Amino acid sequence: MFGFSLRPRKASASTAKERLQILLAHERSGCGGARPDCLPQLQREILNVIRRHMQIGDEAIDIRMERGDELSSLEINIEFPGKLGLN
Amino acid sequence: MSKNLTLEDPLGKVIVVTSGKGGVGKTTTSAAISAELARRGHKTVVIDFDVGLRNLDMIMGCERRVVFDFINVIQGDAKLKQALIRDRRLEKLAVLPTSQTRDKDALTKAGVETVLEELRQEFDYIICDSPAGIERGAQMAMHFADEAIIVTNPEVSSVRDSDRVLGLLNSITDRAGKADADPIRAQVLITRHDKARVNSGEMMTVEDVLEVLAVPLLGIIPESKAVLRASNLGVPVVLDAPSAAATAYEDAAGRLIGDQIEMRIAADPRRGLLQRLFRRAV
Repeated sequence: MFGFSLRPRKASASTAKERLQILLAHERSGCGGARPDCLPQLQREILNVIRRHMQIGDEAIDIRMERGDELSSLEINIEFPGKLGLN
Repeated sequence: MSKNLTLEDPLGKVIVVTSGKGGVGKTTTSAAISAELARRGHKTVVIDFDVGLRNLDMIMGCERRVVFDFINVIQGDAKLKQALIRDRRLEKLAVLPTSQTRDKDALTKAGVETVLEELRQEFDYIICDSPAGIERGAQMAMHFADEAIIVTNPEVSSVRDSDRVLGLLNSITDRAGKADADPIRAQVLITRHDKARVNSGEMMTVEDVLEVLAVPLLGIIPESKAVLRASNLGVPVVLDAPSAAATAYEDAAGRLIGDQIEMRIAADPRRGLLQRLFRRAV
């Protein structure tokens, strides 16, 4: 309301610590993509499954990930040509 | 109809941020300069060349979104487009993270060249964040560069290492090896400059450093609390609250792309009375 608050802003150091804890938990556990070949392999396998049914190129797949504290999400987008090339 | 020829998009420029010595501010500089270039409307990508010790992702604040990396692209496990992380704050900015698990031998000259060629087609500026040292990773980061930013602290070991790196830029890079190519344009960026200590004679002056290195000056970044805060938050310093460091990086990015900006040593804004009374945390 007055443009400033009587309480101090959350110090940036605590943000730094939280970010490190989340990241290092993922890196140490080896899940969530820290294993070097897990995601390329996942990508190849997904492409192979889709290709059993449709014609898609190598670049048609896009994998995005968001690692969270409690929950991580994996978003997989597959683009098809204008008309579905069903086999 | 020669006009039509000029309409073609020119290829992007590759700029390496290097230093030799570690801990002088290469990654902070890479993040700040690339964010400022993108904010000015230039399509910019920043690449982490520190294979095995990735850190640019943390400084850029995209560490939780890394899926594929530079090495996956070089080895054909992912397409470039899949490895590029689009910045959520600036539409024209992208990050290409490096691998945390491989070693520096995974960088091949041919692989790096192919990726840079592809990036030159899409981006106006390609900023290469070099690892410390002068070994393979650092050499790969500088090899295909058109320009170099040498990050130097006004301190003896840093200046000495910068001189060594300048020697490498002029001897082992692609441009150095081609008779018909212009040499790499190298400029020094002085970081952690402390005006009070310079005035009291405890720290070398900018002129001292330039006299020793004999290369043009790109900018002077003052010692500033804003740098640690930005790194804590995962925000390039130019995108965080106004600070002397942010202003200095904005000026340096402007000069890098040819703006005439007077050299100045910015000072952090003094806190207002209320802020000081309530000791707002930074």
